[in-house]
Amino acid sequence: MLGKTANGLFWMSRYLERAENTARLIETGQRIALTRLGSGEEEWIPVLQSAGSLDGFHDAYETPGQEAAVDWMLRGRDNPSSIMACIASARQNARLVRTAITGEVWEAVNATYMMARELLARKVSERDLPAVLAAIRQNTALVRGMIHGTMLRNDIYDFLRIGTFLERADNTARILDVKYYVLLPSVSAIGSSIDNVQWESILRSVSARGGFRMEYGSEGGPQEIAHFLIFDKRMPRSLAFCVGKIKDNLRYLNASQPKPSQSQKLVTHLETAYLSHGIDQVFEYGLHEFIEKMLELLGDLAGQIQLDYRFYE
Amino acid sequence: MRLTIHHTTRYSFDNPVPFGLQQLRKTPKSTPNQHILEWHTRIIGGQKELVFEDHHNNVIELISFEPGVETLELVSEGRVELNDTHGVVGRHRGPAPLWLYARPTQLTEARAGVRDMIRDLDDRNTVDMLHTLSARIRSKVTYEIGVSQPDWSAEDVIKAGGGVCQDHAHVFIACARQMGFAARYVSGYLLLDDRTTQDAMHAWAEAHVEGLGWVGFDVSNGISPDTRYVRVATGLDYSDAAPVSGMRMGDAGEALNVQIQVAQQ
Amino acid sequence: MENQKIFDEMWGTEDSLREPYRKFQTWFDSEDPARLRKKQRDAEELFRLTGITFNVYGKAEAEERLIPFDIVPRIISGSEWFRLSRGIEQRVRAINAFLHDIYHKQEIVKAGRIPKEMISQNEAFLPHMIGVEPPGGVYTHIVGIDLVRTGPGEFFVLEDNARTPSGVSYMLENRETMLQMFPELFSQNRVQPVSNYPTDLRRSLAACAPPACEGKPVVAVLTPGIYNSAYFEHAFLADKMGVELVEGHDLRVVDGRVAMRTTRGYRPIDVLYRRVDDEYLDPLNFNPDSALGVPGIMDVYRAGGITIANAPGTGISDDKAIYSYMPEIVEFYTGERPLLQNVQTWRCSEPDALAYVLDNLEELVVKEVHGSGGYGMLIGPTATKKDLAAFRRKLKARPGNYIAQPTLALSTVPIFSRAGLSPRHVDLRPFVLCSPGKVDITPGGLTRVALKKGSLVVNSSQGGGTKDTWVLED
Repeated sequence: MLGKTANGLFWMSRYLERAENTARLIETGQRIALTRLGSGEEEWIPVLQSAGSLDGFHDAYETPGQEAAVDWMLRGRDNPSSIMACIASARQNARLVRTAITGEVWEAVNATYMMARELLARKVSERDLPAVLAAIRQNTALVRGMIHGTMLRNDIYDFLRIGTFLERADNTARILDVKYYVLLPSVSAIGSSIDNVQWESILRSVSARGGFRMEYGSEGGPQEIAHFLIFDKRMPRSLAFCVGKIKDNLRYLNASQPKPSQSQKLVTHLETAYLSHGIDQVFEYGLHEFIEKMLELLGDLAGQIQLDYRFYE
Repeated sequence: MRLTIHHTTRYSFDNPVPFGLQQLRKTPKSTPNQHILEWHTRIIGGQKELVFEDHHNNVIELISFEPGVETLELVSEGRVELNDTHGVVGRHRGPAPLWLYARPTQLTEARAGVRDMIRDLDDRNTVDMLHTLSARIRSKVTYEIGVSQPDWSAEDVIKAGGGVCQDHAHVFIACARQMGFAARYVSGYLLLDDRTTQDAMHAWAEAHVEGLGWVGFDVSNGISPDTRYVRVATGLDYSDAAPVSGMRMGDAGEALNVQIQVAQQ
Repeated sequence: MENQKIFDEMWGTEDSLREPYRKFQTWFDSEDPARLRKKQRDAEELFRLTGITFNVYGKAEAEERLIPFDIVPRIISGSEWFRLSRGIEQRVRAINAFLHDIYHKQEIVKAGRIPKEMISQNEAFLPHMIGVEPPGGVYTHIVGIDLVRTGPGEFFVLEDNARTPSGVSYMLENRETMLQMFPELFSQNRVQPVSNYPTDLRRSLAACAPPACEGKPVVAVLTPGIYNSAYFEHAFLADKMGVELVEGHDLRVVDGRVAMRTTRGYRPIDVLYRRVDDEYLDPLNFNPDSALGVPGIMDVYRAGGITIANAPGTGISDDKAIYSYMPEIVEFYTGERPLLQNVQTWRCSEPDALAYVLDNLEELVVKEVHGSGGYGMLIGPTATKKDLAAFRRKLKARPGNYIAQPTLALSTVPIFSRAGLSPRHVDLRPFVLCSPGKVDITPGGLTRVALKKGSLVVNSSQGGGTKDTWVLED
């Protein structure tokens, strides 16, 4: 496979995953805004941060409130992480790798793009927002389904999967990075309703409320949430799950080689050094420091994969 | 006459160069009057990708840089045996059609300077006339190093009134073509009387004369080439016959050092 | 041309149904127009979804347009096609022989059949190709011959596209769409298939592998990139052939070969089907500013390390001034009378011809010698006074840059419009593949149709559409 093609596959799936995650973050932000009084700008700052969309936001709008934040993340013209921009980039990459993906996958990506262009052509009203976000999530899921159902399990598939899980791990880590403080043990506010809303928002933003309830009933607190999102290998958006998948796909890619690749070494290090312990050690290490470290290592890993597989000259 | 030739081109880059290619035109032509007894190219800091013969029958070696190279050295050396032909190279051999050499190029375009240069030449004897042209060029364009730029056209050179062998050749070619001759640029090695070490290849011109074929004119030295002249590359102008031409990635600056030794064996 | 009777391929000149359209007509009459209109919309939706779009030059990336598709097929009988394809084959063989001769001994010039200046002063002549023996002896691996028709048996060649003819993806997708929309039509009519084209293309490219090739030839398609107007077609062909689609920056000279950067290192390519123009192909040998090409590829080519398809320098044979000599060229190399007619052509470089053209500009079509895509041309009968005056000036300033031809009464084929079937002018571009000793012509080709009533311009960039083209088994 061409290095350029590996690059295109990797980014096509990363951008699709990013679009979907941003849709989920907007939903969560909207939910918090609805369940609480007032909908000031400050509540949207963490959401924008998690979505990697804070840069340039304040310059783009005169009144940077909720409406502006949602519009910016959906379709902000100068926001390279907006859902529209991500879907357009995903399609651009799909065009680039058109010969590597099946016609079904290409058509699903193209249909997602055509849908997004139509739905996001103008500002989305609050009334239409839930339906628009649902449509985006359904379409990106459809692409994933097409990949799952029509693509050969070869190196093409591996690069698609690696892109998906790197982006997903990154997203989960960023959510934790922005909200880590609500998960810290604190004397004063334990069990307060504010915390409950915050915890729920974290779970909601990774579509994990149901799963968490199934595991922990109503007993779970911040420790359990942190454990669930970092270590639980059954939870498809946890760091451990995503890193495990990346590790598998890197192994398949390298199957014919006698020695492990540099990226395999990095992912193994990441897993053994940081994802093989208990949540207690994480809090001991410092939750914030731990998450920062994870983000750094995920970045390094992405860089090493680019090098190992000659994405660029 | 037998000549031994050493030709070293050395590039020093001030930054590592990630990738580059160079075409070398240093191998003497193999012709009935010029036998290559031995010829080698050594490359330090790069590798030879391939060799081919271009449409002017030049031997071109394509060289690639080692990734991250800082010094590239190209050494060509060998022995050549020459017969005296009194400057007559002989009948045109293909594959390029003769008319190709009658077309002006950017460097040999004729305007007022060239038209002026060929005014009132006595054309009763073609070869004599071309010698007269050669002498006239030498008198109007003095040989002087450092006056001209490598990308100067014949007209630029005439305007400046000075230049080196490359410029003399371009002016001669422009004039000859303007008079309707096929003419070409020749780059090669020259055995000097007073020393063996030189810092550049020599250049002269050839015009195609009915009945004789290609005839050489070394404007700078005022003679037709003899057994001291080794023909290496020919073309429409310098750009077809340059000893080294290439491209490289990155923005590194370069220092160039050329050393040529031509000696009688 | 008002007094000329226009030949309609369905109804002839006398309004009587022609045989190839008989079954189609029966079917059409029994169809509900509303259903057909819906099908037409469905077809458009299908094209949009599969991404069969072209980018418009100079427009933003968002400007991806569909070439309108008309559901009424253009139908040619098997015997008509047989005659046509023999003429095409003869012409394509002559073009290859001509190219070999031009870049070697130039016998045709020596024989005085075409003037030396046609070659020596031709911008499309590429000195770097002098003396090259292209692998397999093939210069034009892929040719598109543009034909127009003026009567039952009268076909004229309008243009030979010997560089990088495009449009074959539309030929294939148009058929695919018709098969999906109207399967019943294909069980009623026996239509010769076109779907073998990608397989044939790959086979004929592989058959021209260079001397350096070891084992099974590696073929790749070189595209200028996703912003190129024909990117869809490049990706489409690479996909259908099952070969890599590469860009210049994926390639590099490695160990004397042109190699592509894969996830496992560089891998040599044997045959490169390039959709990048000569000028941009090799920054080391041609335009040094080109970022689309591969430095040194010409050197590898001359050294026998790669096959470039089509060969560089083939543009000289689709030059419109050379076109006017095609009858001589065909005779010179094949020793036969040309089976296909040329359109009468005035070379404005000749003073008599120029005078005639200037006197009769209102009735002629004037084209640039090196132009393509319908740009830079004048259609006398429909031109404004201003256009005519502007062309008069251009012609006087650079006569050698132009040729002129009579305005032909192009045949029409019906399109499905609001009013039912309405005649529109068409042309035809059959696609031809050359491999050593063999010429394959896909039955049919791309029919382009001027959607505007009375218009003669069929180019997609100027309001043209396309049709599926059927060649029937007689």
